[in-house]
Amino acid sequence: MSTDTSLRQGPDASGFFGRFGGRFVAETLMPLILELQDEYEKAKQDPAFHAELEKLRKDFVGRETPLYLAERLTEALGGAKIYLKREDLNHTGAHKINNCLGQILLAKRMGKKRIIAETGAGMHGVATATVAARFGMECVIYMGSTDIHRQQPNVQRMKLLGAEVIPVTSGTGTLKDAMNEALRDWVTNVADTFYIIGTVAGPHPYPALVRDFQAVIGEETRAQLMEKEGRLPDTLVACIGGGSNAMGLFHPFLDEESVRMIGVEAGGEGLDKRHAASLKGGEPGVLHGNRTFLLQSEDGQIQDAHSISAGLDYPGIGPEHAWLHDIKRVEYVAVTDEEALDGFKALCKYEGIIPALESSHALAHVLKLAPTLPKDHIIVVNLSGRGDKDMTTVTEHLADELAEQ
Amino acid sequence: MTHTTESSRMERRFAALKEENRPALVTFVTAGDPDYASSLDTLLGLPEAGADVIELGMPFTDPMADGPAIQLASQRALAAGQDMLKTLQMVRILREQDQDTPLVLMGYYNPIYRYGVERFLEEAAEAGVDGLIVVDLPPEHDAELCEPARDAGIHFIRLATPTTDAKRLPGVLNNTSGFLYYVSSTGVTGSAPPTPEKVEQEVNAIRAHTDIPIGVGFGIRTPEQAARIGQFADGVVVGSALVDCIAKADTPEAGTQAVLALTRELAAAVRTART
Repeated sequence: MSTDTSLRQGPDASGFFGRFGGRFVAETLMPLILELQDEYEKAKQDPAFHAELEKLRKDFVGRETPLYLAERLTEALGGAKIYLKREDLNHTGAHKINNCLGQILLAKRMGKKRIIAETGAGMHGVATATVAARFGMECVIYMGSTDIHRQQPNVQRMKLLGAEVIPVTSGTGTLKDAMNEALRDWVTNVADTFYIIGTVAGPHPYPALVRDFQAVIGEETRAQLMEKEGRLPDTLVACIGGGSNAMGLFHPFLDEESVRMIGVEAGGEGLDKRHAASLKGGEPGVLHGNRTFLLQSEDGQIQDAHSISAGLDYPGIGPEHAWLHDIKRVEYVAVTDEEALDGFKALCKYEGIIPALESSHALAHVLKLAPTLPKDHIIVVNLSGRGDKDMTTVTEHLADELAEQ
Repeated sequence: MTHTTESSRMERRFAALKEENRPALVTFVTAGDPDYASSLDTLLGLPEAGADVIELGMPFTDPMADGPAIQLASQRALAAGQDMLKTLQMVRILREQDQDTPLVLMGYYNPIYRYGVERFLEEAAEAGVDGLIVVDLPPEHDAELCEPARDAGIHFIRLATPTTDAKRLPGVLNNTSGFLYYVSSTGVTGSAPPTPEKVEQEVNAIRAHTDIPIGVGFGIRTPEQAARIGQFADGVVVGSALVDCIAKADTPEAGTQAVLALTRELAAAVRTART
């Protein structure tokens, strides 16, 4: 890999990362997307925008988040030294708020009064409802009816925060359908509504702006590890649904050739059965405004994703990941539901931290990887969220084990 | 760029209707809804029932710009096993008995992309497809399908909307051929339409920039509405109301009959729109 061309310059003016990305949306939305792009370019140049974002990150979200050495997990695995980037300690319990804060400040600049969002596990919905409350804006969250059932606590949280939660029954009632419904709302209410997309997907400029707002994860990690270890990490590991927490961690390191990066997709019941691994088990296609890898049939129909984790249950992936996969800069692997539960249990047992099922996928891969590496090898895992929301799912799966205790 | 001097089936149809001083009735149904056989019966009956231009929906799992009626039509068609091969086959069969009624395939890009743009255009042209409406391909992505379609002799019909401002309109009109589809409301298919006066004003504003026929759609359900819009539009598009006929019918055969019956009423209405 050559260092004279930075990998951090995408997307191009049309919103492409290599062959992925773009602005595949209905004409009704095009003027709005172009306006958003203009406004974002202006905001990036505006010191006042950055100052306000910085202040909110510090005082409202509680950044910076710790980079925590997981000593007992490291010892138990007997190999690489494992650090956790503690995004679970953010206000609202996950990395999602990093992006929501940035986008609501853009909404404010654009004079929008109404916020809409899609949500899967509910973490993005909660983060959106939170910032909407903080800025006194009307908030509507679209959530698949299947997800509403398995993520009840988050539904209640959104409602307490003043958001209207609209169940989406069309299609399969999961994240992709919630995104369709949010797009339909947006196309109907273009004049006053701002759509806070929760991941590094959607039409340009969303993949770029969500990434930029999440890049604080990687930037802090870099500085923190420099302080603790005086050097760069050797390996970064993060889970991937749409891919925002992974992109946030990876992006500031893309040009560091020595840093290996691994994105962990949701392998569900296995790649030969039901899963949500768009890169390992999908084909290029166009959905939700961008070209990327999608789970789809021979006829171009989108297939249902499956994961134990609602937040990874999406049949696509952000276009920048699709490109990084194409150029082989980032490795992508998949772990199963069962393996994710092992990752979940290990962190509870060794570190006293209950991780989100999403983040447990990253941990599950570390359980396999760390023992194969020397003790001076440094792994940073993005602990993207906390697991309180997953109690129902986990206790159902681990009912027998919990009964024995 | 080479322009063929020979006019297309679409151009001939709109020219003839202009002579008659009446708007085109443009009907939309989803291919394969509720099953292949009855959907084919519907399609074959449309020209005689009075459809001047036929839009045939290519079903898709994730129709982002469609309201509940057309979403459900896609789901019914897909559940019955509809795919691109069958949709193109329906067009071939129509062309065996009708060489005059323009047919437009309408849908989303992914099924075409997955089928392969080159293969799709070749087979669509051979089958007798006259135009394409692909909702999620704005002018910014003309290289994907619009330009290859034009080269294959297939019209690429663009959507203009109330949010298409003076700055965007030239880009939207560029490379558009056949007709321009004016989406009368912001929103999804089947939404309530704005007042005819407002739509007329907006259509007239677009007319100042183009000679291409302008079809108006979204929210037109009744013969009365079709007649009113037809006073000023070159084409009146009815979709959700026809699709609802299929949804509400007790049997697929009854659905076909109901679609054709409403088509006849709409056809009568557009014939008297300007008298």
